[in-house]
Amino acid sequence: MKSFAYERAETPEAAVRDIDGATARFIAGGTNLLDLMKLQVETPTKLVDISRLDLASIDRRDDGGLTIGALVPNSDLAADPQVIAGYEVLSRALLAGASGQLRNKASTGGNLLQRTRCYYFYDTASRCNKRSPGSGCDAIGGVNRILAVLGTSPHCIATHPSDMAVAMRALDATILTLKPDGDRRRISIHALYRLPGDTPHIETVLEPGELITHVELPKPVAGRQVYRKVRDRASYAFALVSVAAIVAVEEGRIASASLAFGGLGPMPWRNAAVEAALVGQAPSADAFAAAADALVADARGYGANDFKIPLARRTLIATLRDLTGA
Amino acid sequence: MHFTINGRGFDADVDIRTSILDLCREHLGLTGAKKGCDHGQCGACTMLINGRRVNSCLTLAVMHQDDEIVTIEGLGQVDDLHPLQQAFVRHDGYQCGYCTPGQICSAAGMLDEITRGWPSHVSDDLAKPSLDDDEIAERMSGNLCRCAAYPNIVDAIREVGSAAPAGRTADAKDAAMAEEIVA
Ligand SMILES: Cc1cc2nc3c(=O)[nH]c(=O)nc-3n(C[C@H](O)[C@H](O)[C@H](O)COP(=O)(O)OP(=O)(O)OC[C@H]3O[C@@H](n4cnc5c(N)ncnc54)[C@H](O)[C@@H]3O)c2cc1C
Ligand code: SF4
Ligand code: FES
Ligand code: FES
Repeated sequence: MKSFAYERAETPEAAVRDIDGATARFIAGGTNLLDLMKLQVETPTKLVDISRLDLASIDRRDDGGLTIGALVPNSDLAADPQVIAGYEVLSRALLAGASGQLRNKASTGGNLLQRTRCYYFYDTASRCNKRSPGSGCDAIGGVNRILAVLGTSPHCIATHPSDMAVAMRALDATILTLKPDGDRRRISIHALYRLPGDTPHIETVLEPGELITHVELPKPVAGRQVYRKVRDRASYAFALVSVAAIVAVEEGRIASASLAFGGLGPMPWRNAAVEAALVGQAPSADAFAAAADALVADARGYGANDFKIPLARRTLIATLRDLTGA
Repeated sequence: MHFTINGRGFDADVDIRTSILDLCREHLGLTGAKKGCDHGQCGACTMLINGRRVNSCLTLAVMHQDDEIVTIEGLGQVDDLHPLQQAFVRHDGYQCGYCTPGQICSAAGMLDEITRGWPSHVSDDLAKPSLDDDEIAERMSGNLCRCAAYPNIVDAIREVGSAAPAGRTADAKDAAMAEEIVA
């Protein structure tokens, strides 16, 4: 690990003031950042410790939604009675991720911004456009079994590894931030992440030094909620494919469907065409197949990860069957 | 830097990069916690910080100067073993023993999480988790055992878990334990 300057911020305003320069980083739980620093994938010159900021509460708003502080640990969020009651898919997604120890440390903001688990990103001897812009991508043509089949570019095929963010995308979350210039903004989770294009090292629309302060969830919506995660072992493993689904059936027809996917793309994936193929239809094998076709219409495998395309289809269909009983 | 570990105060002048694991092992002579992977993947380094189990390899000492840190040495000593330590001995919950301090600290934190009603990935009803073998296996999945002593580890934890008086939290337990050690 390279050495760094360290400062503990007492307020969000102090945190964004302390984060001077593009080589400084916030540290919350540290479970992703320190891992990467040990390997010198990340070499910040300064750490601004935000772990003591007063942003660790979960509050019900007047409009019925929930405001989650950026420092709420993943464990606490998953166990919160309001989350369990209104946003079961979020609780389930969190509990499907990492381990008990890690969830105790991992924060809401840090989870959203965790980096890819691409092996070549982690290995500083490999070429990786995300770690070292312009160096190439050893994953294309390499060991890419865990990598993306949607939203990829010739420059990067990495996946976003979070489970929590997949549920938040299905729940239409909004990210609240504080910028170094003191401005605050609200960013829909649908606009937070960027496709890799030819700049895979720029993963979100956040500016350098912009602090996530909260995540807002709209008031709970109708429908059954599930999170289904397919992985190489039954626990403590990242998703190969996952689905966060909220589906409401009324009078024999699908009244609404909100579906987001993990393990498939560079961001938690959502595609309006998948939902459009379902809404208004009676739950049936045909309707589910049409939705699955829409999901993988633009999918492209890179050899070792080709299997993710049929796996994504089957996982979606099985999830819809479970949810609707059809 | 000043630290509170197992109820005792320590002053240590360590490099800013030092993890809590390295602080304990390399600077304070507390070698109970083990380093398996140093990347959050094995759980051998598990300790309790403010009563919650965490991977001590993935957190910086400098970030925890105001916190209560409890290592396996603080849970129990040879002449006064913690109920989980006794149960691991009774059920032969190890072979080489390398993962054991992490397993036991993790189990202490985990049983407290159940007492608080926290659900897990395998809980059918998220609002009412129970303590069966599937729950123990899932909740302990962050602790790998290279010797695969898993069945006996589950036996040991089940025994202590089913005997634990409800409402007793790790925080209180650890504080009491720490006091005993200092005394
Ligand atoms: C062995 C292992 C297994 C795992 N398995 C899973 C899994 O199955 N599923 C899963 O989803 N995750 C998994 N994880 C990842 C884990 O969820 C993340 O490491 C964690 O959520 C990151 O949160 P943190 O608070 O520790 O972030 P940190 O490491 O503190 O920060 C991560 C990044 O976010 C930035 N950051 C943090 N907070 C803010 C903020 N408020 N505003 C702006 N920037 C911020 C930091 O600067 C840093 O760049 C696993 C991790 C490990 C080590
Ligand atoms: S897929 Fe992306 S993260 Fe992986 S090596 Fe290629 S550029 Fe790097
Ligand atoms: S040494 Fe910390 S998890 Fe392996
Ligand atoms: S007893 Fe040997 S690693 Fe668990």
